[in-house]
Amino acid sequence: MTKKEALYNYIIQTADNNLILGQRLSELCGHGPELEVDIGLTNIALDLIGHARSLYQYAAEIQNLGKDEDQLAFLRARHEYFNVLLVEQPNEDFAYTIARQFFFSVFNYLFYSELQNSNDSQLAAIAEKSLKEVAYHIRYSSEWMIRLGDGTDVSHKKMQVAVDDLWKYTAELYTMSEVDQLMLEEGIGIDLNKIKALYLAKVEEVMEEATLTIPTNGWTQKGGKEGQHTEHLGHILTEMQWMQRTYPNMKW
Amino acid sequence: MDNSNLHNLEEKFQAKIDAEIKIEPKDWMPEKYRKTLIRQISQHAHSEVVGMLPEGNWLTRAPSLNRKLILLAKIQDEGGHGLYLYSAAETLGISRDELVDQLLTGKAKYSSIFNYPSINWADIGAIGWLVDGAAIMNQVMLTRTSYGPYARAMVRICKEESFHQRQGYELLLTMSQGTDEQKEMVQDAFNRWWWPSLMMFGPSDKESTHSAQSMKWKIKRKSNDELRQAFVDATVPQAEFLGLTVPDDQLKWNEERNHYDFGPIDWDEFWSVVKGNGPCNRERLKARQKAHDEGAWVREAATAYAEKRRKRKAEKESTQVA
Repeated sequence: MTKKEALYNYIIQTADNNLILGQRLSELCGHGPELEVDIGLTNIALDLIGHARSLYQYAAEIQNLGKDEDQLAFLRARHEYFNVLLVEQPNEDFAYTIARQFFFSVFNYLFYSELQNSNDSQLAAIAEKSLKEVAYHIRYSSEWMIRLGDGTDVSHKKMQVAVDDLWKYTAELYTMSEVDQLMLEEGIGIDLNKIKALYLAKVEEVMEEATLTIPTNGWTQKGGKEGQHTEHLGHILTEMQWMQRTYPNMKW
Repeated sequence: MDNSNLHNLEEKFQAKIDAEIKIEPKDWMPEKYRKTLIRQISQHAHSEVVGMLPEGNWLTRAPSLNRKLILLAKIQDEGGHGLYLYSAAETLGISRDELVDQLLTGKAKYSSIFNYPSINWADIGAIGWLVDGAAIMNQVMLTRTSYGPYARAMVRICKEESFHQRQGYELLLTMSQGTDEQKEMVQDAFNRWWWPSLMMFGPSDKESTHSAQSMKWKIKRKSNDELRQAFVDATVPQAEFLGLTVPDDQLKWNEERNHYDFGPIDWDEFWSVVKGNGPCNRERLKARQKAHDEGAWVREAATAYAEKRRKRKAEKESTQVA
């Protein structure tokens, strides 16, 4: 893999995380448990897809094949998406939506905090700009983790089930892939080993306040960063790409 | 209160309205004024919330990142409008729970336009252009309505709605400069949304049951037919600019009146949709009911947690005192 290819993949991986999670949140718009939540989650979706857009624009520039942001976002094959498995997991119920958001937002915050120091000035600028919004995503999702975890017996059980089901996808967030390693060596990407302890500390702190338990069986699921996805991504793409695939080469 | 006293209050109330002094939540108001406003403001709030559904239907399929972002922002604004309006209704002495219950039981209505389906991408543009456009005609008038909290909510809402309308029109303009397939989508959306948009202004003046009293109280300041005519006059040239054919063979500019004449509205269809027999009435209410039911445990947990926190704080304070 050349440096240019690795950089392209690195940007795409980051963009895909944001887009796919934003897409999942969009499914819920208008169907939230209360109006305030509808507005809150839609706001997060808006932030994430906004960040994704800046990243795809930059990826298109690096790729330099005359493609635009939409061709990158909508017209790749399933194995060319490099998002982590966590973000493609479905909205089983509100507890899953919140746990997924929380696990991702903590990572995303630490990731952007470090990426601000990248020697790639474009990535550093995107990271800096996104950080303030992601700080709000952590606050929002932590508060709901605690409210639901320490709310009623029913909400506690549902929250624990969601945590148990999604926990196996969290290790991928801080595991270095080949692309991550190459970018670290170039001074562009961040050292995920460095944020692992911070990630676990923040998650544990919130989980404790939420009276929730972290699964200890050590089982992890990975592959998204290499394009090996769960069954869910194909369905997400079918819907998301439908217009672009059915009506190609049109302006919208 | 004896009758002469009540009569006196009503006269003073009307004098304030006539003098263009806004009525505020703590002011005395006739019971019927209060009820009319609750009905109207909550109907408006419910329309914002139910209106999120036909647009949300396209969020996951929006054809570009830019359009996806615009649509998310628009729907988020609508949720926000719903919130201000519920708050404005609450100033009249009714709770949000009661209002939501009225929506779910069918006691309260919402704008019938949202009982029509959004079936092609151009519908998103048509909703912004026509539905928000028709709503603005009404809402600009309501920025001067006699009830203070409602008028103030409208000022903010109008600004955002006119932005939505321009975005909707721009979406259609882009498609109308595209391929034949795209142009067909635009015409198809226009054909389906045109008449229901005209119906949004409500029954014609001679059929409208609430209008006369609402005009006297300056809740309304223009009649349904006046607003409808203003909408047709403003919209037809915009449709022509998009290269669209208005689905009305009686539409014609009338030099004498200085207005467009247009064909008869199918009031049977209007009443049938109002009564619950539109293409999506059941689906819309079912979706709201489902969100409400599935969200019950979340709302209960939030309440339980707030209560626990309050107790813990009180305990902490009492041990500190001891």
